[in-house]
Amino acid sequence: MAAEIKAPPLRQHAEAPALAPGAMEASKPYVATAKMQEAIGFPGELAEGWERRALDKMGELLGKYRSLKVYLDACVHCGACTDKCHYFLGTGDPLNMPVARQDLMRSVYRRHFTLAGKLFPRLVGARDLTKDVFDQWYTYYNQCSECRRCSVYCPYGIDTAEITMAGKEIMDAAGLGQKYTNEIIGKVHRIGNNLGLPGPALADTLAGLEEDVKEETGADVRFPLDRKGAEVLLVTPSADFFAEPHVDSLIGYAKVFHAAGVSWTLSSHASEAGNFGLFIGSYDQLRTIATRIREAALELGVKRIVVGECGHAWRVAYSMWNTLAGIGAGGDDPYAQALQRQLDGRYTQPMHICEVTHDLIRRGALTLDREANDHRVVTFHDSCNVARASRMGDVPGGQFRIPREIIRAVANRYVEMAPGTTHDATFCCGGGGGLLTDELIDLRVKGALPRMEALRQVADGQGVNFMATICAICKAQFTKVLPYYGFKMGMVGGVHQLVSTAIRLGVPH
Amino acid sequence: MTALFVLLLYTATAVLVAGVGYRVWDYARTPAPLKIPTTPAPTTRGGVALRMAREVVLFESLFRSNLWTWAFGWLFHAGLALVLLRHLRYFVEPVPAWLAFVQPFGIWAGVAMAAGLAGLWARRFLVPRVRYISTPSDHLMIVLLLAIALTGLAMTFVAHADIVAVKAFILGLVLFDWQPLPGDPLVAVHLALVAVLMLVFPFSKLLHAPGLFFSPTRNQADDPRERRHLAPWAARLDREP
Repeated sequence: MAAEIKAPPLRQHAEAPALAPGAMEASKPYVATAKMQEAIGFPGELAEGWERRALDKMGELLGKYRSLKVYLDACVHCGACTDKCHYFLGTGDPLNMPVARQDLMRSVYRRHFTLAGKLFPRLVGARDLTKDVFDQWYTYYNQCSECRRCSVYCPYGIDTAEITMAGKEIMDAAGLGQKYTNEIIGKVHRIGNNLGLPGPALADTLAGLEEDVKEETGADVRFPLDRKGAEVLLVTPSADFFAEPHVDSLIGYAKVFHAAGVSWTLSSHASEAGNFGLFIGSYDQLRTIATRIREAALELGVKRIVVGECGHAWRVAYSMWNTLAGIGAGGDDPYAQALQRQLDGRYTQPMHICEVTHDLIRRGALTLDREANDHRVVTFHDSCNVARASRMGDVPGGQFRIPREIIRAVANRYVEMAPGTTHDATFCCGGGGGLLTDELIDLRVKGALPRMEALRQVADGQGVNFMATICAICKAQFTKVLPYYGFKMGMVGGVHQLVSTAIRLGVPH
Repeated sequence: MTALFVLLLYTATAVLVAGVGYRVWDYARTPAPLKIPTTPAPTTRGGVALRMAREVVLFESLFRSNLWTWAFGWLFHAGLALVLLRHLRYFVEPVPAWLAFVQPFGIWAGVAMAAGLAGLWARRFLVPRVRYISTPSDHLMIVLLLAIALTGLAMTFVAHADIVAVKAFILGLVLFDWQPLPGDPLVAVHLALVAVLMLVFPFSKLLHAPGLFFSPTRNQADDPRERRHLAPWAARLDREP
C-alpha cells in the first residue's frame, strides 16, 4: 500500500468519475490464518482441489438462495447502478461499479452453470474459475460494504450485497478467508464480543461509567450486567463499552432507562450486538451468533430485548432474529414459542433504542433541555443497513423519521444534508461490511468521498459541526477518516450522545 | 420453405414455453431464507403487489436511477407491449373491436420501440461506464430486437406484405392446419428473427422478465418482527440439538 494516503478532491458537481481501470487492484485485506479459519469451521487454506470445493459451494448456494439465482440471471447490463457505489465514485475503478462487481461471479456462474456459457463463453462473457479470477474476487468482494445502495436503483432490485456475501462464503468454503471478519467471529464465540473484552473487564468498565456519570450528574445511573429479572436486555455493539465517541451513546441509553425507571441489563454472554456472520454471508454463523442473544434472554428472564446504535446489527436484529433465533413474534413452532411466550407481547420485539427513546419522548416521560446542545449544529447520517435493510416504528420510513425526531427533541439546530445523499439514497460511511480494518484505509478514505462532499456542503453553508449517526462502524470509520478531509474527528457522534447531553435526571417532569 | 418455418416456429414456441416454464419453476422452488426487502418497503402483501406493479409498468427504480436509460427503456418496452398486442390479430378470427382499435397505435408503437432500442444501443457506445460493462451478447441482443422491429416496420412503410396470407399461415399454425407461407422475403426474415428471439429467451438475460417477480428485495413484505419467516432448509436447523 502507498505510504501516503490522501483523500481524493471533492467534486464540484456530483458527476461520475472517469474510469480508472486497475486503480484499486492492489487493495486487499489480510488473509485469515489457517488457525482463524479452522476455528470457525472453514478449511485453513486454498489446498489442492479448492476449485471443486468453490464450485460445489456455489452450486449449493444457488439451490439455497433465490436471491443469488435470480440476480445472476436477471441483469441486463443496463448501467443503472454504475454510478451509485461510493467506492466507484471515490476510486473510479470500473470493477467497483456494482454490475462489474457482480459480473466477477456472473462470469463464473455462466461458464459452469449455464448452457450459453458452456457453449459460447466469449459471447456471454463467461470465464473458468481460475486462481486469477479467485484473486480478483478476493480483491473486489472486499471492496463492497454490502450497503445495498445499488439495489435501490436496480430495475430488478438486484442486490450486490447478496452476491458479495455469496462470494465471501464461497471463498471461505474454499479456504480463502478475510482476517478481520473471521478473527472477530472467532472472538465472539470464544469471549462473547467482537472486541474480545472478557466478562470481568466489562464489569470493571461499567463500574467506571457509573462513577463518571455520578460525578457528571450527581445521579445514581446504573449499568447493570447479568441482572436476572431485569425488564430489558440491552444488546449493543461492544465498541460502546469503551471506544470514543461510542461510549457517550451507551451513557445516553443508561440515562434514558434511568429517567424512565425501566430496569435493564447487559449480558456478558451476549455482550455484542454486531453479527459479522452477515458480512461473510454465512447462515450458520449468523444463526449461531444470533442464538447467543436468545440464550441470554432466556437465562436472564427478560421481558424485552432492545438493540443499541449499530447499523448491521439492527439489520440482523430487525430483519433476521425472528428467523434465526425466534426473537420476535408470530412463531408457532415450539422453538420460537419457548422465547416468544416469555417476552412481553405489548412491545415489539426486538426494539431499537431509538424506538424506546422516541416513545418515551412522545409520552413526555423524559425531561430534555434542548439548549444544552446549542453549541452544536447537527446533521444526521443515515446508516446504510438501517436505511435500506430495516425499519423502526409502525410505518415504512420510520427508520428515517424516528432518529430525526429524537434529534429535534434534544437539539435546537438541525440541518439536512443534500437530497440524494440521505434516507434510502444515503451513502455508506465507507467502512461497513467487514472492511473496517487498517490495511484498507486507502479504500476507506476514498469510499467516504460522497458523504464527505455532502458534509462539506452543510459544514461550509450552514455551520454544521456535528454529524449524528446510529452505527458503531460509521462512528469508528468517520472518526478515522474525517481528518483526511480536513474535519475534526470529534465531529461524529451518536444520537444518544445528543440525548445524553440534553437529558435532565432527577428533575420532575 | 413452409415446412421449414412450421418446424422452426413450433420448435421455438416449445423451447420458449418449456424453457421459461422451467426457469419459473426453478425460481419458485428455490427458497429465500432471509428477509431482505430493500426498505422502505410495503408491510403488506397488497402493498407489495402495488410496488411490483409500479416496477413492471413504470420502471420506478430505473426512473430514480437514470432518466435517459429510463426513457429509452420505457419507450422500448411500452412500444413492444403495444406491438405484441397489435400482432394478436394474426392469431384470432374474427378480430374483436378493441383489437381493431389498437391497430393504428401499434404502428407508432413499432417506431417508438425502434427509437428506444436505438437510444439504448447508443448508450452502449457513448457512455464509458456502460461501454465497459457491455458484452458481445448485449450488442447482439439489441441488433436482434432492432432487426425484428425494422423488418416489421418495413412491411408497413416500405413493402407491404400480404397480411391476409400471413394471417392464414399463422392461424394454420394455431389450428394445426398448415397453410403456405407467403413468398415475401421480409416476412420470412421477420419470422425467422422472432423464432431466434424465442429460442434464446430462456438462456439469456431476457430472463429479467420473469426474474423481477422473484426478486426478494422487491417482492417481500416488510414484516419480519410480526411473522417468523423460515425456509424449509433453515427450519430443519431449529429441530437439531
